Amino acid sequence: MAEAAKKGNLLEVTDLKKHFPIRKGILSRVQGYVYAVDGVSFTIGHGETLGLVGESGCGKSTVGKTILKLLDPTAGEVKLNGTKISDLNQAEMRPHRREMQVIFQDPYSSLNPRMSAGDIVGEPMFNYGLATGKEKEERTRQLFARVGLRAEHMLKYPHEFSGGQRQRLGIARALAVNPSLIIGDEPVSALDVSVQAQVINLMMDLQKEFNLSYLFVAHDLAVVEHISHRVAVMYLGKIVEMTDKRSLFTSPQHPYTEALLSAVPIPSPKMKRKRIILTGDVPSPIRPPPGCRFHTRCPYVMDHCKVQEPPMKEVAPGHFVACHLRQPGQAMYEIAAHATMAPKAPATTASH
Amino acid sequence: MTATTPAVIDIIEPPKPLSRILYEFARRNPTVIFGSALLLSMVLMAIFAPLFAPGDPLALAPARRLRPPSETYWFGTDMFGRDVYTRTIYGARISLIVGISVSILSTVIGLTIGLLSGYVRAVDAVVMRIMDGLMAIPGILLAIAMMALTKASVENVIIAITIPEVPRVVRLVRGVVLQIREQPYIEAAQSIGTRFHRILLKHILPNIMAPLIVQATYICAAAVLIEAGLSFLGAGTPPNIPSWGNIMAEGRTFFQIAFWIILFPGLFLSVTVLAINLLGDGLRDALDPRLARRM
Repeated sequence: MAEAAKKGNLLEVTDLKKHFPIRKGILSRVQGYVYAVDGVSFTIGHGETLGLVGESGCGKSTVGKTILKLLDPTAGEVKLNGTKISDLNQAEMRPHRREMQVIFQDPYSSLNPRMSAGDIVGEPMFNYGLATGKEKEERTRQLFARVGLRAEHMLKYPHEFSGGQRQRLGIARALAVNPSLIIGDEPVSALDVSVQAQVINLMMDLQKEFNLSYLFVAHDLAVVEHISHRVAVMYLGKIVEMTDKRSLFTSPQHPYTEALLSAVPIPSPKMKRKRIILTGDVPSPIRPPPGCRFHTRCPYVMDHCKVQEPPMKEVAPGHFVACHLRQPGQAMYEIAAHATMAPKAPATTASH
Repeated sequence: MTATTPAVIDIIEPPKPLSRILYEFARRNPTVIFGSALLLSMVLMAIFAPLFAPGDPLALAPARRLRPPSETYWFGTDMFGRDVYTRTIYGARISLIVGISVSILSTVIGLTIGLLSGYVRAVDAVVMRIMDGLMAIPGILLAIAMMALTKASVENVIIAITIPEVPRVVRLVRGVVLQIREQPYIEAAQSIGTRFHRILLKHILPNIMAPLIVQATYICAAAVLIEAGLSFLGAGTPPNIPSWGNIMAEGRTFFQIAFWIILFPGLFLSVTVLAINLLGDGLRDALDPRLARRM
C-alpha cells in the first residue's frame, strides 16, 4: 500500500483547527473556546488506512467531522483529491460529499428509525440521481449482498437488526455513492468483540475491492493495529506521533504513545509488560497547558517542555514525533525498550 | 476470513394477515379502540343528524315550552318549545366541526412554524418570542378578544380558537426537532448529500408524527370545550345555529326548573371530550417508540 500512497494523496489535511466557542450569559457572549482540534496535519493516500487514536475527548472525532464538513473548520486546509474543500459552503460541498463518506460509532442512532433498510441504503443514490426505480433496487440488493445482508432485509426497519447488522447497513449506505474515502468514527467500538472482527474484516475486504481509503478513528489499539497502514496518535487536539503501524507498535517515540501501548493487555498470563501509569487527568481543552501539552503528565518532563511547544520532527523516514526528547533523524529506541514485553517478576509491575 | 464475508443468517417471520395485525393492535390498545369507536359514533350521529332527529332544531312551539323528558320529547323542550334532543344532535355538528378543524389547522400551521424554527436558528429567536407572547394569554381570553373584533360565525370561532392553540404545537414540534437534529442520522443524511427540504420532510417529520398526532387529539378536545365555553359566554357560534355551548347558555337561567336543557348537551360534550382524550392517551402509548413492539 505504501506504493499507492506515493502516487499522490487523496486527502491532505494541513494545520486543521476547530475551536468551539463557549457562550455564556443572556447576551451569549463568547467567554472562551474549547480547543478541540488545534493544528492537525496529515495525509491519506489512495487505498490507505490511517488510524487515528487517542483517549476520549482528545478531538479525534472532531477531526473526522471537520473533514466531512459536518462542522466548519476554524482554520486550516483540507484538500480532497487536490481540491480545497475546507472553505466551501454547504451547497458547493455537496458534489464533493460523494467522494467521502462516513460510518458512525453508534449503529443505533445513525439510522433513521422510520426508514426501511432498503430506503436508507438507496437514499444516497437518489440524492445524487445515480439510480432510480428498478436500477436503484438492484444496486441496493447488490450492496446488501456485498456487506453480508440478505435481500429480504431491505423491507425491514433498523430496530429489527442487530448491532453488527446495523453497522453493515451503515457501511452499505456509505458505499452507495462509490466514495474513495470513508471516515470511520469509531465504527466498531459499540459492537461486541466477535462482531467487531467481522465488521473490520468486511471493511478490509471492501478496501481491497474498491481501493478505498480509510480514516479510522478509534481508541482501541488492537483494532487500529489490525486495520491501519499508518497510525496517528492524538493528545489534546494535536497529533503527537505519526508513523507506519509497525514502527509505532514496536518503537513508539513519544512518551504518550509509549504509555498508551503499555496499557494494551497481553493475552497471555505469563507475559506482563511494564505498565506506565500516567498520573493526573487529561487537562481541559478549554485551557490547554502551555508548551508541550503532555508536560503535565509526562514521566520525562524537562523544564523547557513547559514553555516551548515541540514541533513535529521526522525522527526516522516517515516517522513523525512532536517531543523535545527526539531530534530529527535520531529515533531513540531505549525508551521504547521499557514498553517491550518483560517476564513477570518485578514488584513494580502493575497488574492489569 | 476470505474475500467474501459470510451472509448473516436469521429467521424471517412470514408476513401476518391484516386482520391478525388489526386484532393484535386492538388487543394491545383497548383505549384507542374504545375512544375511536365512541368518537366515530359521535361523528356518524352528527353527519346523519336528520336521520337520528327528524325534527327541525329551530322549530318553535311556545305552547309546549319547558316540557320535561318524555316519550315525545326524549330530552324535553326548552323555553321556546324547541326539542332539546334534536338540538343536541345537531349541536354535535358544530362541536365536531370546530374541534376537528381547529386541531387540523393548528397542527398544520404549528408544524410548519415549528419545523423551521427548530431547524433554522435565525428564525427560532424571533418566532419563539412571538409564541411565548401568545402563550402568556389564556386561550379562552384570546379567543373572546378575537370574537369581539369580528362577527359571530363558525369560521371565526375556528380561527379564534386556532390562534391560541398554535403556540402549543410550535413548542412541541420545535422541542422534538431540536432533539432530532442532533441525532447522528441527521449528520448521516447530510453526509450522503441529502438536501435541506428532504432532511426536514423525510428524516425529521416522520419522527415528529407520533407526538404530533397525540397533541392533535388533545387540541381537538380542548377546542370542543373552548367552543362550548365561547358559545356559553355568548361570544361564540351565533344563536341561530345550535351548539352544545349555546344550548347550555340558553338553558342556564332555567336550570332550577328545567335541568334537562343543560344536562343532555353537557353529557354529550363530556362523552365527546372523553372519547377524544381516550383516543389521544391510547395513541400516545401505541405510538411511543420506547414501547415499540413488533406487530
